[in-house]
This record gives sequence, structure tokens and C-alpha cells, in this order.
Amino acid sequence: MKPGQQRLPHTQVDTRERLAFQFDGKTCHGYHGDTLASALLANGVTIIGRSFKLHRPRGVFAAGKEETGALVQLEEGAFTEPNVRATLVPLYQGLNARGQNAWPSVRFDIYAVLGLFKKVLPASFYYKTFMWPNWQMWEPLVRRVAGLGSAPSAPDPDTYLQQTVHAEVVVVGGGRSGLQAALAAAADPDCRVLLLDEQEVPGGALLASPEPAERTWLTRTLAQIARYPNITLMPRTTANGYHDHNMLTALQRVTSHLGPQAGSSQPREVFWRIVAGRVVLATGALERPLVFPHNDRPGIMLAGAVREYTHRYGLVLGERMVFFTNNDSAWHGALEMAACGVPVAAVVDIRREVAPALLQRAAEAGIRCLAGYTVVHTRGRRGMRQVLVQQLSADGNDVQGPRETLACDLLAMSGGWTPTVHLFSQSGGKLDWRESDSCFVPGDPAQAVTVVGRANGDFSQPLNTRAQWLTPGLSPEYQWVDFQYDVTASDIQLAARENYVSVEHVKRYTTNGMSIDQGKTSNVNGLGILAQATQRSIPEVGTTRFRPPYHPTTLGAYAGVELGALYKPFQQLPAHACHVALGAHLADMGGWQRPEYYPRAAECEADTIAREVRGVREAVGLLDYSPLGKLEVRGPDAREFLNRLYINNIITLRVGAARYGLMLNEKGIVVDDGVVVCLAEDHFLLHTTSGGASVVHATLEEWLQCEWMALRVLVTNVTTQWATLMLSGPHARAVLGQLPGDIDLSREAFAHMQFRAGTLCGVPARILRASFTGELSFELSVPAGYGRSLWEALMTAGASFGITPFGIESLMVLRTEKGYLHVGSDTDGNTMPQDLGWAGAMAKKTGDFIGRRSLALDVGLDPDRLQFTGIELLDTTLDTTLDTTLDTTATIVNGAHVLAEDGRGSAGYVTSACFSPTLGRTVALGIVAAAQRRQGETVAVYYEGKAQPARLVAPCSYDPGGERLQLAPEVSGLAPVALPPGNLAAQLPMATIPGVDKVGFRLSEYTECDLIRLQVFHRDPEQVPALVAALGMELPGPGEVHWRGDQRWLWSAPGEWMLTVPTGLGKSMLYALREATAELCTVATLITDGRVILALEGARVRDILARGTTVDLHPQQFCPGSCTVTRFAGIPVMLFKPTEADDFLLFACRSLAIYLGEWFQAASRDC
Amino acid sequence: MMRIECPWCGSRTEDEFTCGGQSHIARPDPARASDGEWAAYLYQRDNPKGLHYERWHHGFGCGQWFNVARHTVSHAILAVYTMSEPKPELPDVPGDKA
Ligand SMILES: [Zn+2]
Repeated sequence: MKPGQQRLPHTQVDTRERLAFQFDGKTCHGYHGDTLASALLANGVTIIGRSFKLHRPRGVFAAGKEETGALVQLEEGAFTEPNVRATLVPLYQGLNARGQNAWPSVRFDIYAVLGLFKKVLPASFYYKTFMWPNWQMWEPLVRRVAGLGSAPSAPDPDTYLQQTVHAEVVVVGGGRSGLQAALAAAADPDCRVLLLDEQEVPGGALLASPEPAERTWLTRTLAQIARYPNITLMPRTTANGYHDHNMLTALQRVTSHLGPQAGSSQPREVFWRIVAGRVVLATGALERPLVFPHNDRPGIMLAGAVREYTHRYGLVLGERMVFFTNNDSAWHGALEMAACGVPVAAVVDIRREVAPALLQRAAEAGIRCLAGYTVVHTRGRRGMRQVLVQQLSADGNDVQGPRETLACDLLAMSGGWTPTVHLFSQSGGKLDWRESDSCFVPGDPAQAVTVVGRANGDFSQPLNTRAQWLTPGLSPEYQWVDFQYDVTASDIQLAARENYVSVEHVKRYTTNGMSIDQGKTSNVNGLGILAQATQRSIPEVGTTRFRPPYHPTTLGAYAGVELGALYKPFQQLPAHACHVALGAHLADMGGWQRPEYYPRAAECEADTIAREVRGVREAVGLLDYSPLGKLEVRGPDAREFLNRLYINNIITLRVGAARYGLMLNEKGIVVDDGVVVCLAEDHFLLHTTSGGASVVHATLEEWLQCEWMALRVLVTNVTTQWATLMLSGPHARAVLGQLPGDIDLSREAFAHMQFRAGTLCGVPARILRASFTGELSFELSVPAGYGRSLWEALMTAGASFGITPFGIESLMVLRTEKGYLHVGSDTDGNTMPQDLGWAGAMAKKTGDFIGRRSLALDVGLDPDRLQFTGIELLDTTLDTTLDTTLDTTATIVNGAHVLAEDGRGSAGYVTSACFSPTLGRTVALGIVAAAQRRQGETVAVYYEGKAQPARLVAPCSYDPGGERLQLAPEVSGLAPVALPPGNLAAQLPMATIPGVDKVGFRLSEYTECDLIRLQVFHRDPEQVPALVAALGMELPGPGEVHWRGDQRWLWSAPGEWMLTVPTGLGKSMLYALREATAELCTVATLITDGRVILALEGARVRDILARGTTVDLHPQQFCPGSCTVTRFAGIPVMLFKPTEADDFLLFACRSLAIYLGEWFQAASRDC
Repeated sequence: MMRIECPWCGSRTEDEFTCGGQSHIARPDPARASDGEWAAYLYQRDNPKGLHYERWHHGFGCGQWFNVARHTVSHAILAVYTMSEPKPELPDVPGDKA
């Protein structure tokens, strides 16, 4: 069309608002309501991009998401986006776009020369040509030539959100059928209706209608919908996935239609998870192109698109048009064009029989009717000039007669209509082939879904389509099927000749439908050609499976707020602030932010670790050990249960004593280890590896709930309820002795592997004498809220002893020097206890334990199993067969292999190796074949291309006799450190959550209650009546909350409740509860310290919570006075709705408080 | 994403649960089981195209294990029952989603 022409009246474009934009560096103008495609057409831009393989010129071909030609690189720098369909970009002031896949420009593309080699670039060209020497050599060249725009090189500056929404009825598509379906469903006021529409304004095909009555209907219906409080209309929202159990995903464009929004407070897009009761798909239909020679020229468009550009955007696209069709719909288009005063030269129809009414009306409008004709060629440089037509033979299998040339500047084609069945197919529904319309229509559904309107094949006017999958009697070489990837009819025929049968294989071999098109326009035509070439029917060929996403989706939207620091939940230690103040080097370990080491100014990692190790060995060190897994197991059968759980004997474990234990899975593999403490005859404390507590807890619950259901045992994970600090070193006792307490720390009263409970500085404390460093150690646990105070008190008390705070890296050096096993580092998925030297001890144990039977299978009896051992590096400069000199300079890394005796292959590997500052050389542990039998033998360790001689030795390199555990150095002249009175009781605040105060959303920490947990042994429902009698109140069931005075009782699990009482009353309530239930098998615990409570309020609170949880928070589903335990932002929480107002309380682990605060900060953006 | 009806907490999305594999596998007496019987208990599992009885753990909710009868093709859940309830007899409907 001519640039600068006037728009037709009565269009959707607002000609009062003129917008300037750039295309390929040139300034153009359009109007508000235009798309980039309509504005480019209005400016006379005919070539917008180049095709993928052959660099053929491409212009606007469609008006919607089926566009394959008008693909642009939108915007620049970090905001740039490749492969954007110009038909879907609403025009905004200052828009900046470029054509793609061309150099130097789309009009003069050097690579267009590739088009001349079309014949030598068939479907299999890449597979067959770039075999030698390998594809990797050719790839960079091919990638440069065959391009698809360029990805941004800078990080995405935009933000994205994810949110869950629940609705009884979800309608996809806001055209006539969708609007009607939404209204019908909304008649029930309790039915929440969600209406998704992907366009800028709802209306679907009605927007392109020339009928004033249809526009009026649309306006009236939209007004009616706005009056229904139970209909939520989501504009600019594309449903892109239909998943199991009626769950849909959709992408909503919040600001992306406005162009780059640097520093916006709003997200660019929202990714919706939709939980639907019933789904109505009103997704419309897409028009197919016709397949004929040179059908890919700019100026050839879909007939429906021509109508839409005219009626919706007021554009007259040509001065002389030709319509080419195989169905009735294009005839209506041609008649409408003529009515608008656009000369239509002819309608070419492959059908001999066309409805007489259409023929008559066309003749009246002065349109020539060529029924039984087909287009055989097109001509024109950078646009349409001529169409050549020829008559089809009677059987339709050939062309005959003379060719006739029709002059035109636009060819509008229609190859029939394809119902948009992508989502229906994704839902598992079957597709049926309908011969009369040559298309697939929805068949039997697999989920609660209804398809309506054109998506269901219900076309308002009959189409009378007659298929012609490609033009007969002519070369298939230049008959395009996939316009972007340059797949032609000949490529599909080639695949059939080369014996490809499955449609899925043909798709991948030819790349048909694999481009940005994703089969929207190419799928059915490709199937038709394949069916013809293989003499099958289309239902026999079948169709490729539709998979999500229906429409390309931004990666950022899949990530949501889970980026950077929020990539996954992180936990902070109770004394986190102290570690930060000391300059700790923090790292993520098992989800905890833990100090690796504490460098002093300019101190390197190795020097820091060496100093910390020496500090522990020579004086005393302090480690934050809080992530150490802590599980409490109690009940009459607790001892029996633990005896089945550990390979060690638990029956003989006395009250107050501790024992190291190994835990296996049923296959006999070592999965965890730790110290077990007997707190009382029926009460035990299990220590698990750090970060392993929840996995071990889940395993214990599985055995109790699924296998040993008769055992009366209660397991509780108390890991985050206690802060645990490890005080280790010769002066540990002296330092701890400075703190007031009622526990006798003397060597005589408190031996190694003993446990004491009492008070320390006035707070409850648990002390375990165990050692993972080889030095005298006390593992001190106090309620989590006192962790920071205890850290500071010990640092003060230890100051005169030169106390050294040390991190995990230093701990690992200390334990490697001692040869202490670290499960997961020194064991792998095959390690059994006998490999660790436990065969003798196990033999003494009678009875079964988990995994025991598996140890007796052949695999466990193999004498060449990999066994745990120490590895000493020997000096390579000496004859290693004679000398035993250790090499003090050699180093080795974890994973270095121990060579098999014949020098070929591996006989095990190094699992833990480090430089020992204590011994001045490398110490190493490993698992090596038959290491127990081969102790003292020399082996070769392969590392960095050379074999290092080494010797298999006992794992312990330092103080093998364990004398240092008994060490009690004399300390004289030290006055007890004056601690502030009641130091620990005056609890230092833990890191506080920064509050959020935004429009419609406030977050603050709630400190007005203490929390008590009440549990029944074995969660036994039969014990509940006795508990109810003892308490004199009914207990709440699942999801319920009961009030009693100022107490609130919340159900948290079967046989478990959480009780809130006003702050300060927790202790007295706890004692009262314990007294009232003394005769019962229940446990009451004060848990205030281990929890954080967030008060969330404001009009937007439910929306923001729906970004963290998939639970339905609608007041009808989650009524005031109820609670739920759920997954929120990736962590377990309890949500409680106390009142009718928009407010919630959220309970979570205290260690996750800062994570939650940062999560809410990010997720509470408005949109 | 599937929606699973926890016997205690009600309908929740799949990401609150973990699947513990096939259910109703009896642990043989370790003292009597032959190597073959023990290996079968450890490793041999049904792999049906159709109904599968399996156990799930509501780790992000009530912490309870329970049984689910799920169709492995359509993912339709035909029954949910507690660990103490017997395995229900269900007609094996053919897969409606290939
Ligand atoms: Zn549950």
C-alpha cells in the first residue's frame, strides 16, 4: 500500500493519537491502537525480515500469533527481544525495532544469494553435509548465516512474578463464544469465573468485523461482564499450558505492551498457575495458507488478515487484489473489500462448484470468478506484481490449459481454517479429523473441559472446504509449507522417499513446524502432503503432539522472584549477626548460610584455616554448630525403634550417656551417622549430619507410619529450636567454667561421650561431650533465641584464652587429621558399614536392624569392596620400596584415583584431602579396594597426569591414642570473667525482619504470643479422648482453630496442635499443661524461640500470599478462624486467618525469617 | 501439576508431596528370606500402564504418609486411603491419554 494514506473511518485505531517509532533506524508514524505490523503496513514497509535458511524476503503475512514473516528484534541493549511477531506488538511511542536475519539490512541482504542454491539445500542438507570432520567445526558458521535474531547479552532488567489463582470455571478466549460462556457460568453467584483474553482488548474475531451490530454487541456484553463481581477478566493473558488435573498456566503482559520500563515498580509479566474446576476453551481458529509455487512472496497474505487490517486498522492494503481460496470464507472477504471500494481483480477458487449465491454477488461487485482454477506462479521483486493461474483438471490431479496472467499488488489466500486445539490436545483430549472442513476438531476430552465456538469447529458460516495440500502437476520445489524455516513440499516428499513414516520423525527431519510457527499454519498442510506422499489418510498419519508452551514464554517469567539471593530458601544461624561482625566468609551449606572461616584483614583462605586449626589445637575455638540435625524420639517403644534404626546397640545405652551410631538404608548403604543420646528411659536425642535432619526425619516417619505401625514412638525435629555451639580445645573446660551454671564440668563428673542437661547463665542448656576435632569439646545447646547471647558470652569468657572463632572449612581439616568419617564425603552410594571397619561391632549385635539382611547378599561379601582408609603421600625422590619418608610438599585433591595394582583403571579414590597445619603435610582419606587387608601397602595415586606414590594407613593421623580428649592444662591466676548479670536471660534480639509497608500490604513481625506445641505419642487418635477430658475442651480438627480465653489452639498434624498464649505466659501455660496431662502419653514443648510469626495485612494480602502458596485463600474456602499447613515460597509454614479482615498470621522456622522478609519484599510488587 | 487429596489436609498441589513409590510391599522376615526373596523386596517393582498403588508423603503439610491409586497414563487419582486401610479393589480403566 502507499505510505501516508488516510485510514478508513470506524476502525479501532485512534487517529487523534499519533505515535512515532523507529524501524531499521528510520522514523515512522502510526496511531494508538495499531500493532507494529499494521503501522509498518501503513508506512509501506513490505520487507520486514528474512527467512531462516534461504534468506528469502518476508513481510507481514498474518494479523495475529500465526505470523511467521514479520519477525523483529524489538528494542535494544538489555531490553532487546528477538523473534517478536510484529503483529502482536501494540504500538507505543518511541518503539524501536529492527528486521532480523539479514546483513546489512532486510532490503539488501547479502545472504539472499543462498536463495539461488535452494535446490542443493534440501531438508537433510545439514545432516548430510556437515558430517566431516564434525558438526562442531561448522556450527559457528552455520549459526551466523542461519539466524533467528540475537539474544540480549546483558541480564534482564525487568522483574517477573508468579501467582496462583483458583476458579470454578476458567474461560480461555474473549471472543464471542468465550464471552457468552463466561456470562452463562457467572449466573451462579458462587461460581468464580476467570476469563482470559490474549489481545489488547477482548473481542476476538469480532474486532475484525465490518458489521456495526457486532461491535455494538461486543460493547454491550463487555459492559455486562464488568457488572458481574464473580467474573475476573484478565486481558493480555495467554494461556500457554494445559496440565494435569485441570491446572493451567498463563502469561500476563503487565507492562511489556508499554515498551521498556526501566526501574518500574511493576513486573513486566506475571506467570499464572490456574487451578480450575471446569475449563471452557474458546480459542478460535487459525487460517491456513495454500501451498503453491512461490507462495512465500511479500504481498501474499492470509485472507482473514487482509479483512482484519481493513476493518480493524482501517488500512487498504492494495490497489488491485486477487483472492485465492479453497473455501467460502475468502469470498466474503473479497466481497467486503469490494464494498470498501478496493478493486478485486478476481477470486481464484480450486473448487469447480461454488455456491451460486457467492458467484452472483461477486459478479455484481465486478469480481471475476475463476472456479476450478489454481495459482501456478507469482512474480514481483520485493512485492507482488503478477499472479499466474491455470485450470485444474477434472480429477484435480493436474493443471491444464493455458496460463493466464493477472496483475495485482496483493494476493489474499485461504487454505481453510484450523481450530486452535493446542490446549485441548495438551489436556489429553483426543482429536478427530473432520473431512468436510479438512481439519482436526476436539474429540473425547480427558479432563473437565468444554470446547466452544470455532475452536470446536463450529463455524458461523459453512466453509465447504476442499483440500488441496499442494498444487498438482508442478514442481514441489518452490511450494512453501513452513515459511520461516523454509520447508517446502519437496522437503516433506523427500522425507517420505527416504522412508520416514512417523509424523514426529518427519517433523524433526524436515524441521516443518519447528520454527516460531510451531505448526500453527504449517502442521495440517504438512500432514496433508505426507499423507499424499505415503498414500495414507490424514487420520492414519496422525498429528504431532501439542506440548506447552502454546506461545513462547519469557524465561524470566518461569523464574519469577526465585533469582539471585532468593534462588532457593536460605537459613540463617541464630548468631548470624556475630559472624557477619567478625568478617566471616559465608557459604551455602545444606541451605544454611554458614561461616567457612573468619579471615583477618588481608589473610588468605589457607592462612586463615591454618590459624584457626592451630587455635583449636593449642588453645580453644568456638564454632556455630546449629545446623547439626537434632531429632527427639520418645515413647515406650523408642529404645526398640532406635535399636532397629542403628547398626549399633541402643538397648544398653544408659540415661545420660551418648553413643556414636551409623544408620543404613534397607539396601545396607550408610546414609547417616551421628551421636545418639539417652535423655530418659523413653526419651532420646538423635544427632544427624548437618542439613540431613529433615531427610532422616522423613525416613523415620516412613518406617513408623508405613511399616512398624504398632510402635508407640513420637519423632520431633527440633533442629532449629536449639542453637548449638561447639567449644573445642584444651582450654574448653576452663572457658565454659566461667559461665554460671548448675552442671558439674569436672573431668570426673562429666566424661567423654556423656550428656548433661541443666542451666547455663539461667537458661535451659544441653551439653554433650563428644568430639569431632579430636580436642576436648563441649557441644552446647540453648533455645535458639539465646544463641547469639551464648556466642557473645563464650567469646568474652574465652578472650583471655585467645579463643578463636572457626568455620566449617577448619572443622573439616581438624576432623580429617583425626580420620573421623564424614558421611557423604568419605562414603558413596555403595558404602556399607563393614567398609568402614564396623564388621566386628555389628557381629556382636543380636536382632535385626534396617539394612542388615542386605549386608549378607553377595555384593556385601565381596572381598574387594572399596574400604575406608588413610592415605599417606610418599616422597617421589626416594626409592619408595625401601624408604618410608613422607613427602611434606606433595598435594592431592579429592577425587584423585588410586590406581589398580596392574596400573590400569581405578581401585578407589581420595575422598578427603587437605593440608594439615598441625602435621605440616597433606593428610588424605579415601575409599580403596580391600584397603583393610592392604594396610601398609604402597599404591599410586593418579593426579594431574602423574602417579604419586602413597601408602595405605590407618585413617587417624593425629593423636591416635585420643589422649588429648583427657587433657586438662593448668590455668593459673585467671579471675573469672565478669559477665553482665543475667546475661543470657536478657536475650539479644535475633536479626529482625525489615518490615514492608506498601499500598495495600503491610508486613511486620508479630511478637504478641508465645507458642506451645502439644503432641500425642504415636499421633494415636485413641488417646485424644483422654486428652480432651484432661483439658476440658474439644481439640480442633484439620484446618480448625479453637479459642479458649486468650489462647488459640491450632491443628497442625494428626495428634499435634500448636497453642498461642499472650507473650510471657508461655512458661506458666506449659507447666499447667504438663500438670493436666501428666498421666497421658503427651508432650508439651515451648517453641516460641524456634519460630517467627509474621503479621500480614492489607487489601492485597491474598494476592501476595497467592504468589507463595497454591492453597485457595478465598474467604469461602479459607474462612476466618481457620488455619492450614502448607508450602509457601518453597518452605513449610502455617497460615492462620484470625478475623474477617484482610489479615493473616504466618508461622515459620525462625532460621528462615530473613529469607521470608526478602521474599515478601520482592513478591509484593504491585501489578 | 497434579492435585492430591491428602486424607487430612484436603486437596493440595503436587509440590507439597513426595512420592515414596509402590505401596503394599510386605517386608519379608530377614531371618528367613532367601537372597532372591530379599532382592525382590528391595528392587522388584510393578511398572504398569494403568493403575498404580503408591504411597505419598505430605511433607509440606501434616507430615503423614498415605496411599494413592493413580493411573499412570492419565494421572487420574482413583482412590486415596490411609496406611491402615486395605488396598481397594478398583477396575483397571484403560489409558485415555497416550
Ligand atoms: Zn496433609
